[in-house]
Amino acid sequence: MTSSNRIIVTVLGRDRVGIIAGVAQVLAENQVNILDISQTILQEFLAMIMVADMRASKVDLSTLKELLAAKGRELNVRIDAQHEEAFLYMHRI
Amino acid sequence: MLGLDEIIQTIRMIQDENLDIRTITMGISLCDCVDPDPDTLCRKIYDKITGQAGRLVEVGGQIEREYGIPIVNKRIAVTPLALVAGGQDPEIYLALGRTLDRAARDVGVNFIGGFSALVHKGFTQSDRALIEAIPAVLAGTERVCASVNVATTKAGINMDAVYLMGRVIKKTAARTADRDGIGCAKLVVFANAPEDNPFMAGAFHGVGEPECVLNVGVSGPGVVKNAVTRLPDADLGTLAEQVKKMAFKVTRMGELVGREAARRLGVPFGIVDLSLAPTPAVGDSVAEIIEAMGVEVCGAPGTTAALALLNDAVKKGGAMASSYVGGLSGAFIPVSEDAGMTRAVESGGLGLDKLEAMTAVCSVGIDMVVLPGDTIAETIAALIADEIAIGVINHKTTAVRLIPVPGKKEGDFVEFGGLLGRSPVMAVNRFGAAGFVRRGGRIPAPVSSLNN
Repeated sequence: MTSSNRIIVTVLGRDRVGIIAGVAQVLAENQVNILDISQTILQEFLAMIMVADMRASKVDLSTLKELLAAKGRELNVRIDAQHEEAFLYMHRI
Repeated sequence: MLGLDEIIQTIRMIQDENLDIRTITMGISLCDCVDPDPDTLCRKIYDKITGQAGRLVEVGGQIEREYGIPIVNKRIAVTPLALVAGGQDPEIYLALGRTLDRAARDVGVNFIGGFSALVHKGFTQSDRALIEAIPAVLAGTERVCASVNVATTKAGINMDAVYLMGRVIKKTAARTADRDGIGCAKLVVFANAPEDNPFMAGAFHGVGEPECVLNVGVSGPGVVKNAVTRLPDADLGTLAEQVKKMAFKVTRMGELVGREAARRLGVPFGIVDLSLAPTPAVGDSVAEIIEAMGVEVCGAPGTTAALALLNDAVKKGGAMASSYVGGLSGAFIPVSEDAGMTRAVESGGLGLDKLEAMTAVCSVGIDMVVLPGDTIAETIAALIADEIAIGVINHKTTAVRLIPVPGKKEGDFVEFGGLLGRSPVMAVNRFGAAGFVRRGGRIPAPVSSLNN
């Protein structure tokens, strides 16, 4: 990865018990450090966004995405991870 | 720190509004492949392309996954082949086309551009041989795109080339008659062709370009349309401001992806092409942006002004977002590839004449227009001449992609499938200009200081 090792993890779906725990578990197992979490609940839908640091990660981003997507299928929510630059570049000069 | 709303906006643009990178296109010089022996020439071309672009698709896929932004096409543009094949027998050009096709297939790209000739002032022997081979190459290959530059503002219009291209388009349609003349969808006639255009079918790697370069074409009509729709009562100045902001964001993605792809491939980053490139997907339409501005149907009075506003705002926002801008850079208005344009033609709101007027204020030209199969070569050439004249006089690129579909008549429907879309056969003026076209010769370069 280029300038930073930070990623944005997004979770979208129907709220239920254990979503944050599930995502955090995947990140912890792979030595990915969570820097920030914010979430909103619109009616019964959850939108959660995590900023995480992959510097010490045991896996690359492609692999992490697959692991998170698999956890998402288990929890019946959509989980994605993207390089932070995709957002920074769009909104900051 | 990024705000929650900014993150959500980016995700919405990608997931709901079809924001994508339309293409990353690697430009490859074939100048060092020149060889008097045709087999060696073909082998060198194949080796050069597969050597340079071998990792293009893989790297594109990596970036798509890591940044979460789709890169719809990975493509290749090469030096205009007429420049590389000088001195070869005319029969060799078909083999050269097949070599490009094979190289494109083996590296996994869907199109390769550069079966091209630059004849704005006149033909070399190689230019003639290449142009004669276009119908056979487009019929006999899957991925090869051809383009011919017939005019520049500096040189004027080569009307012999314009007439020749009218006949070549007819022959190409005939050679691919079983597939509704689809060969013509891969053939562009240009005025002022850019050397760094990443978009097919007109991409080629110009002579002023480096050994190898990576150019990017962005998209995003859906993003702009939704931004316009969210401002139903705003005045046009406010609307232009909003379009600029959205174009900025869309272009930033292109800049990021282009720089990252170039870095990973170890080649220089060329340009971002600031185009609004529509697709047949619902909501991914330039015509729908014009309609969202308040024009009842794209093609109605007001369309040219709305398009002028849109095109200029996209360029202003995009230019700020990218360090190097190039290519075609403007809104595209292909008829079959834009569901809104197709619908406008079907409803009777948009005809060829208005379409031509629209091209005076936006990018490209009479693009992906389906004509009756019995349209004669002289009329096709005259349509080309009109569009090319708009480019030459206004110091801009214009291009023509016409498809006279064998056996079809006005009102029939043609389905090309995929990104090429579908379109009704458009009406052509029943009067011709054969006498004008057959005169041939060169229309002189325009005087540009008296500019009204």
